[in-house]
Amino acid sequence: MVRNTTPGAKAAEAVLVILLALISFSSLFPIIHNLAISFSMPAKAMAGFVTVFPKGFTIESYKKLYEDSVFFSSFWVSVKRVVVTCAISFFISLLMSYPLSRSVREFKLRNVYMWLLVFSMMFNGGLIPFYLVVRQMHLMNNFWVLVLPMLVNVFNVILIVNYFRSIPKELDESAAMDGAGPWYKAFRIYMPLSMPVLATTTLFLIVTVWNEFMLGLIFINHESGIPLQTYMQQLVVRIDPTLMQSLEDVKRLASVSDKTLGAAKIFASMLPIMLVYPFLQRFFISGIMLGSVKE
Amino acid sequence: MRRKWSEQIHFNLMLLPGMLLILIFTIWPMGGIVLAFKHFIPTKGIWHSPWTGWENYSFVFDTPVALRVFKNTVIIALMKIAFGFLIPIVFALMLHELRFQWFKRVVQTIVYLPHFLSWVLLAGILRDLFAVDGIINQMLHSLFGTEQIMFMGDNFWFRTIIVGSDIWKEFGFGTIIYLAALTGINPSLYEAADIDGATRMQKLKYVTLPGIATTIVLVGTLSLQNVLNAGFDQIFNLYNTLVYDSSDIIDTYVFRSGIEEGHYEIGTAIGLMKSAVSFVLIIFSYSLASRFANYRIF
Repeated sequence: MVRNTTPGAKAAEAVLVILLALISFSSLFPIIHNLAISFSMPAKAMAGFVTVFPKGFTIESYKKLYEDSVFFSSFWVSVKRVVVTCAISFFISLLMSYPLSRSVREFKLRNVYMWLLVFSMMFNGGLIPFYLVVRQMHLMNNFWVLVLPMLVNVFNVILIVNYFRSIPKELDESAAMDGAGPWYKAFRIYMPLSMPVLATTTLFLIVTVWNEFMLGLIFINHESGIPLQTYMQQLVVRIDPTLMQSLEDVKRLASVSDKTLGAAKIFASMLPIMLVYPFLQRFFISGIMLGSVKE
Repeated sequence: MRRKWSEQIHFNLMLLPGMLLILIFTIWPMGGIVLAFKHFIPTKGIWHSPWTGWENYSFVFDTPVALRVFKNTVIIALMKIAFGFLIPIVFALMLHELRFQWFKRVVQTIVYLPHFLSWVLLAGILRDLFAVDGIINQMLHSLFGTEQIMFMGDNFWFRTIIVGSDIWKEFGFGTIIYLAALTGINPSLYEAADIDGATRMQKLKYVTLPGIATTIVLVGTLSLQNVLNAGFDQIFNLYNTLVYDSSDIIDTYVFRSGIEEGHYEIGTAIGLMKSAVSFVLIIFSYSLASRFANYRIF
């Protein structure tokens, strides 16, 4: 490419860089601000001196967080939930994707299942019927209510199906010649070849499951069983000073108004996402594009 | 022939666990929509509760709330769709024009991040930022000497924050699809344009934009399906009684009337209406996308 180096072009380039830097900063500012508050002295944070850097650096809030047993029990519920959901979902999605990636000639009912899947993605009965069904199954206050509804992600299945279809047919045919059945082919041929897309869907599922708060909110009543996001939801968000009704509420507000502890909790809840983020970034761009590979 | 038959059975078996889950958690609840036309009596269950015809709907439409939540939903969703459509295109073009590759990567890494954080946590941060004694108010005060603004309790400001913070969270992620399309543009087109003496703006107009036109159409048509999705997670975690007039949407109303107050029929009735309209919108947007951008789901 011919480089344009007139003063005007250089100025335009500089403006562009500054603009992008400002936008990036504003993307990160709320998170940095929160981090700064969590490391500040409570009095200074309350007085509003903190912007980007902590004022009166202290790790006091994290020490307090360390003693908060409810935070850790819900953190643990969330970790357990993510691991269990992702592990089971990996196999269920893989098993669903293999038959669905066959042609109608090979698998007669393929399109029936496919349309059922797409229909389930496009239409739903709404929140209330779902709520009543789960209650009817006696899944209230059960750990599995946090897992089961999240196991099949139709979008992820379609992503895997499309990837499977991009794998040369000859591979499948020659394996069949050697006597491989569908299970063997799914696990020994398609699974190893599809690690990029399976990693993508798993990483996306980790984020989705970690961030999900609704199931815990409506189906779990006892404090020890709620996942972290539900705990955070009740703690940071749902307290509305204008709706204070009981002494209990006021007491809860008092503990929450410890701004630095709240900020520490928020940051600690983000940490797992930040930890998988580098891996996510490596995969999600290719992952999104994988969906567009079609016959 | 016998082998072929057993293969069919195995295919069905492989699909069984996933299909069972879909049946239980998606298809079965669809049966529950009959509740929209019944009077729910908990002891009798959904099936044996008496039918009431359209009574639930006439009840809903007799209250001013229905109009309010519908209006709020569409207004907020349309604003999000419009800005959420334009800003990623502009931002992707800005990144594309940038010559420093490492800087580009840093910017991308930063702006994608908010997409992956939950609204619960971001709402916690935003409530703090926009509080009456929050950092935004303090900055405004020291810069312009403005009085404290009650951002989270003011109908105009709150809706602005809803739309703005949604754009803030998602615009970076929205650029990915355009950046992928931009890398797909044949570099020789730019070289030819250079030889012909094209300026930067001319290259943008005649090479870059036509190169991503299909993607723009695709994203635009697919976004139409969200006309009734104003963003439950976000609003539910940010709103309060003071701003119901501007920001109470269908989903939050269904949650409050159904789950919190126990009016299951009302919640179901409104939810069904939303699902039905959304279904039509999805079909409409997919057919547009397949006609104009050659899009297929599978």
